[in-house]
Amino acid sequence: MSDVTQLIHQYLRHNKKFPHVFCPGCGHGIALGSLIRAVHGLSLSKDEVVVVAGIGCSGRIAVYVDFNTVHTTHGRALTFATGIKMASPKLKVICIMGDGDALAIGGNHLIHAARRNIGIAALVLNNNIYGMTGGQTSPTTPGGARTATSPYGALEKPFDLVDLARAAGANYVARGTVFQAHLLDRLISSAIERPGFNLVEVLTPCHTQYGRKNKFKNPVDMYQALKHAAVPREAWEHFSEAERKERIPVGVFVERDEPGLEERYRVMQAALLARPKAREALPEPNGHDPASTKAKLEGVES
Amino acid sequence: MPTPRSSRKKRKEVFALGAEAVAEGALLAGCSFYAGYPITPSSEIMETMASRLPRIRDGVFLQMEDEIASLGAVIGASLAGRKAMTATSGPGFSLMQEHIGYACMAETPLVVVNVMRGGPSTGLPTSPAQGDVQQARWGTHGDHSIIVLSASDTQECLHMTVTAFNMAEKYRTPVILLLDEVTAHTREKITLPLPGEFEVFNRVVPTMPPEWYKPFEETVRGVPPMPPIGSGYRFHVTGLTHDVNGFPTQRPDETVDLNHRLFRKIDQFFHDIQVVEEYQTRDAEVGVVAYGSVARSARYAVDQARARGIKAGLLKLGTLFPFPKAAALRLLSSCRAVIVPEMNMGQMSREVKRVNGGRSSVRTLNRVDGQIITPSEILKALTQV
Repeated sequence: MSDVTQLIHQYLRHNKKFPHVFCPGCGHGIALGSLIRAVHGLSLSKDEVVVVAGIGCSGRIAVYVDFNTVHTTHGRALTFATGIKMASPKLKVICIMGDGDALAIGGNHLIHAARRNIGIAALVLNNNIYGMTGGQTSPTTPGGARTATSPYGALEKPFDLVDLARAAGANYVARGTVFQAHLLDRLISSAIERPGFNLVEVLTPCHTQYGRKNKFKNPVDMYQALKHAAVPREAWEHFSEAERKERIPVGVFVERDEPGLEERYRVMQAALLARPKAREALPEPNGHDPASTKAKLEGVES
Repeated sequence: MPTPRSSRKKRKEVFALGAEAVAEGALLAGCSFYAGYPITPSSEIMETMASRLPRIRDGVFLQMEDEIASLGAVIGASLAGRKAMTATSGPGFSLMQEHIGYACMAETPLVVVNVMRGGPSTGLPTSPAQGDVQQARWGTHGDHSIIVLSASDTQECLHMTVTAFNMAEKYRTPVILLLDEVTAHTREKITLPLPGEFEVFNRVVPTMPPEWYKPFEETVRGVPPMPPIGSGYRFHVTGLTHDVNGFPTQRPDETVDLNHRLFRKIDQFFHDIQVVEEYQTRDAEVGVVAYGSVARSARYAVDQARARGIKAGLLKLGTLFPFPKAAALRLLSSCRAVIVPEMNMGQMSREVKRVNGGRSSVRTLNRVDGQIITPSEILKALTQV
């Protein structure tokens, strides 16, 4: 227990006015704990970690942690994170998004970040609902579920985030649950450590907005259901079609080691700068020497 | 006999597009990050940056998936300490409004160049217009202050881009540079400044120990110092209304402090922000207020009118917002009539009429057919008032 207290003091902000916004039974606090344990386990300095968050309950995690934190716009966290990573590749950029955030309004940014394979650890806290705005249908709300905007049952098919990220080209794709905190620690740790775009889907229950409308008496029921549903990917692959129903595979799905965009850019830039002709034709790094500019503007001495 | 190269101190003249001059100005100002999305008629700015930035140490060029993402990446890079910009045109500018508001709220220095084309919607992609003037001022939601500049020729594209970066850095604010299709696509001779000829302003960084640093604290200038991410000053950046530490707040006292400071930091430096050129206005009896490529037609028309004995004068606006009220009042006070020619239905004439207060007769001259306003049209208007 003293370890936990020590981590809390080390990584949560002292100057932030607590309490936090999470409801009783919310899984986001467990995901936050995993994030802190992962950073601590990797011995990263707090100055080199940037947490970029979107909008929603998950977005508020950024306020509490004592890293460099940016609370961005709805769905666009990955775009800010891309700018930060490209501008300062030495930073460890961790992006925290919700399911509505990453998959509805930010769906385009998600697939392109994965395609670029930009060096970001993306954590998608999937609670199958828009929690903060009052429990509306999200792109991961299961078919038939009752929400504030699907009072007669959701008609649309939910996204499978793992399949989506894999198809889009992410380096590392994993799924964990807040019920299995130790596994989640490991998955998040890998996502932060590895190069390229690494995505972890975190299944986290929302009793307040989802459970109460869908016959879960209390948060414990939801954690029980999560425990029952989650099976290791390896076991799930041997399941029959009938057995797979109502079950969710967890673990690592994609593990590639392709260099991130920032690394590929660095290599290209180094090659360009090594060519004396290209370098000479350019202004000084601070851009203050236009006299030597020849690249695009064909000059004549006056 | 030619002088040795090394002893030459002459400025270099080049033949360039307005768009290329914008890129040149950005690099002169120290811009090292560009993220954008292709759109006519602004793509030449992006293409020039795509060629130049990778060949500059630490220069980063990124093509993003849309304009929203472009400005998001620019904000991220600015937070990480870079001077960053993007360029777009009407439809892309509409998409960027969300992040222009974020940049206002999070006080992120950056430059957005909007090469205006005919609208609304996809409109006339390859024709000039000036329909985004009020959008540049009020496009993003919520009360906010912002700086909007414009340029009328290729030389000015270079100068105003440097000015835009300087103002962005000085006041920690997004700066919009409005061009029109004609300005961006005119290829003409420009003079490159000598090294160090332009003042280049870099954002003020904190010097106090990190534990004393309050990222959104009140200062004399109203502009708090801004460290790059990763420099040891860990703080929270948010688009929510925040207290001096950057944490979300709903307290009325903290809310009003923030909102007032965001306005005041621009308001109290009006004199520094207002860039105008007064041409033949000293004894003018009829005046023209113009900006962008229209200002070039207006200047020619003023000369023609003078040749015919009409005492005409031109107020060319470099700064559109905050509106250069003092200069406009000078013109309005001395002229019996003031013409505001614009390639829109009268967006800037609203501002001129607003400050007029019955001093002069403000006439509009509008064109929204995708064609430029010619000197003869302005001359005709000058002879008729």
